[in-house]
Amino acid sequence: MAERIVVDARGSFCPGPLMELIARLKFASVGDEVEVLSTDKGSAADIPEWVKKVGHELLEAREDAGVWHIALKKLK
Amino acid sequence: MSNRISIVVVSGSLERLQMAAMMASVGAVSGNDVTVFLSMNALQHFAKGRPAGPAPEGPFGKLLLEKKAPGFKQLFQSAAELGDAKIHPCSMAVDVLALEASDLEPWLGEPLGLTKFLADAHGGQVWSF
Repeated sequence: MAERIVVDARGSFCPGPLMELIARLKFASVGDEVEVLSTDKGSAADIPEWVKKVGHELLEAREDAGVWHIALKKLK
Repeated sequence: MSNRISIVVVSGSLERLQMAAMMASVGAVSGNDVTVFLSMNALQHFAKGRPAGPAPEGPFGKLLLEKKAPGFKQLFQSAAELGDAKIHPCSMAVDVLALEASDLEPWLGEPLGLTKFLADAHGGQVWSF
């Protein structure tokens, strides 16, 4: 299995984590898994919405000690 | 399905520039065709090498400066580079400020007139800041 790419956007505010995720996703291959770390609550709700809208696969969205981990698989 | 989103920015206040940039960037990376039209007090903030950023309108703007919010120019640039947003200076404002294309941020498009902007905006959402 391919290694999961981690984007550390802790400390940034909306829409910073989403933009950092997309910037990294652009250079990922179809099938790659990308996980963004965010301390911004708004982004925790917004990023899964974006994933659904553009048609990638949401793998997980969980909070751990004030950090949200949102992971997706690039489908296109 | 892509929607057309046209954003007119005339204010030079930090909060309005920030909100316009947030809408442009999120809209553009979500599959919408985004066009931004920069005029009046907004355009001066897109000239290269400006020493001072836009002033906050109120307490929220001061907080934006203190916290680690992405800068409005960085967000507009992401809108253009990651979401193919078209960001144009208003041709009238370019003339009034006596600017050359080389004075402006390189990710801005060509100066645009209102006739073309209005024709392109037809049938889509229009937001103004």
